[in-house]
Amino acid sequence: MALLEVVGIGKHFRGLRALHDVSFSIPQGAIHAMIGPNGAGKTTCFNVVAGVYKPDGGSIRFDGKPIAGLRPDQICRAGIGRTFQVVKPFPGLSVLDNVVVGALNASASVAQARKEAMRVLELLHLADKAKHPAASLTLPERKRVEVARAMATGPKLLLLDEVMAGLRPTEVDEMVAVFRRVNQETGLTILLIEHVMRAVMALAQHIVVLHYGEKIAEGAPQEVVKDPKVLECYLGEEAL
Amino acid sequence: MNMLFDGLPRRALVALGLFLAVLLVAPWLVNAYILSLLVVVLYFAYAGQAWNVMMGFAGQLSLGHSLYVGLGAYAAAMMFTKFGVNPWVGLLVAVATTTAMGAIIGFLAFRFGIGGVYFAILTIAFSEFVRVGFDHWPWLGGSGGLFLPVANLSSNDLLNLRGAPIMFYYVMLAMCVAALGFCRWLLGSRLGYYWQAIRENEDAAAALGIPVFRYKMIAVMLSSAMTAFAGVFYAFYYNNLFPEQIFSMGRSIEIILGPIIGGLGTLIGPIVGAFVLTPLADGLSELLQWAGIDVPGVKQVFYGICLLLVVVFLPNGIWPMLARRLGLEREH
Amino acid sequence: MSDLYLNAAVGGALTGLVYGLMALGLSVIFGVVRVVNFAHGEMMTGAMYGAILLAQAFKLDPLVAMAPIAIGMFLLGYGLQRGLVNSFVQRPEHTQFMLMVAVAIILTNSQLIAFGPNARNVQVDYALDSYQFGALIIDKVRIFAAIAALAVSGALFAFFRFTLTGRAIRACADNYLGAQVVGLNVKHLYGLTFGIGAACLGAAGCLLLLLLDVTPLQGPSYTLLAFIIVIVGGMGSLTGALLSGLLVGVSEALAGVAFDPSAKSMFTFALLILVLLFRPQGLLGRRP
Repeated sequence: MALLEVVGIGKHFRGLRALHDVSFSIPQGAIHAMIGPNGAGKTTCFNVVAGVYKPDGGSIRFDGKPIAGLRPDQICRAGIGRTFQVVKPFPGLSVLDNVVVGALNASASVAQARKEAMRVLELLHLADKAKHPAASLTLPERKRVEVARAMATGPKLLLLDEVMAGLRPTEVDEMVAVFRRVNQETGLTILLIEHVMRAVMALAQHIVVLHYGEKIAEGAPQEVVKDPKVLECYLGEEAL
Repeated sequence: MNMLFDGLPRRALVALGLFLAVLLVAPWLVNAYILSLLVVVLYFAYAGQAWNVMMGFAGQLSLGHSLYVGLGAYAAAMMFTKFGVNPWVGLLVAVATTTAMGAIIGFLAFRFGIGGVYFAILTIAFSEFVRVGFDHWPWLGGSGGLFLPVANLSSNDLLNLRGAPIMFYYVMLAMCVAALGFCRWLLGSRLGYYWQAIRENEDAAAALGIPVFRYKMIAVMLSSAMTAFAGVFYAFYYNNLFPEQIFSMGRSIEIILGPIIGGLGTLIGPIVGAFVLTPLADGLSELLQWAGIDVPGVKQVFYGICLLLVVVFLPNGIWPMLARRLGLEREH
Repeated sequence: MSDLYLNAAVGGALTGLVYGLMALGLSVIFGVVRVVNFAHGEMMTGAMYGAILLAQAFKLDPLVAMAPIAIGMFLLGYGLQRGLVNSFVQRPEHTQFMLMVAVAIILTNSQLIAFGPNARNVQVDYALDSYQFGALIIDKVRIFAAIAALAVSGALFAFFRFTLTGRAIRACADNYLGAQVVGLNVKHLYGLTFGIGAACLGAAGCLLLLLLDVTPLQGPSYTLLAFIIVIVGGMGSLTGALLSGLLVGVSEALAGVAFDPSAKSMFTFALLILVLLFRPQGLLGRRP
């Protein structure tokens, strides 16, 4: 059974068509990727799923229940964790406290949340930065804190919005290993928006391609990257 | 209880204990003038702590806290003068009134996405609205003021809050300690984490499962409830209430200066701010009087300059800097 | 009886246009610099005292004094932005706000120290003249003030629409980074904007002086009034500010007739609360 089932969603912003009739689904325990040129509507799609925007139409089912139109906090409590493309850390709090806030979502007490937060920080190789203020971190580190925070909420589905951007290739491989491990050990389902194809090809079992707000292709990674429509939309952009 | 002192270095505990001990014996060591000054300092420390819950912890800027002081004061004074109810029971009425007011303002603002400075404006608008209302409400004295029967200073009646300044001093000291402990507990609780997350970034807080609206409402209501006591105290200490004074924006500014100068969002900041600002301003007034300069407004200009200097040069306030220098910071 | 209300409403509408001009200054500054000028009413009070001094020293009619006062306020606004506010543009909102609160406190009380607590005004020789249209009697000063307020607002609209500088300022408002990238001198434009906002305020102050007394402690209530007008009109909408100023003027005047002049601000606050309840984006504001 599909964990997330998106059918025919659309979103307009004052006449601008950001998403049109997009459908996709993710089975339990899978890792899927969403790619497409800049402005294709990937982040809008995330924001619709995560409850930041209400879709103009269509339906979104998560874990068998309709979630379209719920608020972001309700969606998180339903079991979807997300990161932001433009990172939004809590700059005045320590790295640990940033993650504790997330962990409180699934913890009965603050003490338990602290334990869970430390566990996630270790998983993401951030434990030695736990006491640093989030404002003092580098951008790749902040992205990892963002991932840690979302993972700490105890989600069934994790939406990752370009968390590999700006990382060095070795760091990308490190992150890929972390996500693969979490996916294998806990069965966490992951949907990632990513431009770093190295990560996409290494992680995703299935790719959805968006262009101008519409889904133009989907399928296994090796097939999708050979799809002439996909090549055209990327090359078209390059030609500009 | 242990949790209250967790992570504090030994020297910080010693310093806190010493400070409290000094405050406990102070009334017997100082003259009447200093005592009255200390009462005002504690009043601002308490009110500042209450305001800090809303702005310092949850990031919601209220510039109309005199509204809650005034409502609390009028509620308890009304119960006392009109119905003969003692101020501690009156406090319940006061808390109910201010909490309801806070809820109304919070609902109006947060439901419709009025945030940041526009929220601050709304708090001022409500404060002014209520001030004008009380000005035109003859049953509670209108603009002519509401007066409590003046106390007989020789006997202390704690139940009715009638007595000498020393009694008010200890009452306020107890409330300050209670507020400090309560705020310490709040900060370490789920509530405190959620508030700080909302303060730092609302979108991120919501994405982590925090119902932002509900927790902002709790912050406003809790802060206004705490502030009610400052109002009750004001009414029974000064024995007279004028809408023009108690609801004035100047009063709101006086309340928030302490925490901002002391250190926004910190537990000790409001206390440090009150202990720095009140004696400074009062000393200045005394000095001017002594020099024969009797011009209204000088004290306020001084406040303004203090605020300006702190905002420009010490944006985090005095306490964080002081704590670092003295090694009194909390460890994780 | 209905004549009384009609007269009050028309008089209030004319005063309201001056309020609108005052709020326009706030809207312009906030719309571009993104700094909330919490010293707005206090700065206008300063301009009113300036006009009084000019009237005393040179027998200058406030309508004439508008020009030098507006220029003076422009320079002050430019200086304030470049000297103090600019280093706060990237700081958190509440820090900017506290900075302006500090400026407001210092201004108000300096005015109190300099001019004493008593109300002052300027007597023009046409102060008691009025025009009569049937049952409608309108004070000459109100007509003059309203026409002048409209003229200044019109000039402001034209400036933003048709001049190169005005367009550059709007570009800054839309996209700070973009404006920097294409080589606009953002600091200078911010200074200009603050100056223009302050100049509107100076003009509004002179006009208000024709209609009302000035007291040193009035500043905060005008700041509040300006904010309410901007919120009611819709944040970022210049026409909205003017329209809402008019509305507030009418509601104040009617409240004064129907109830008690000292309760007029309650009606303004009630208007604010109604707007927040039923049209939170303001009369002409866009839904976020």
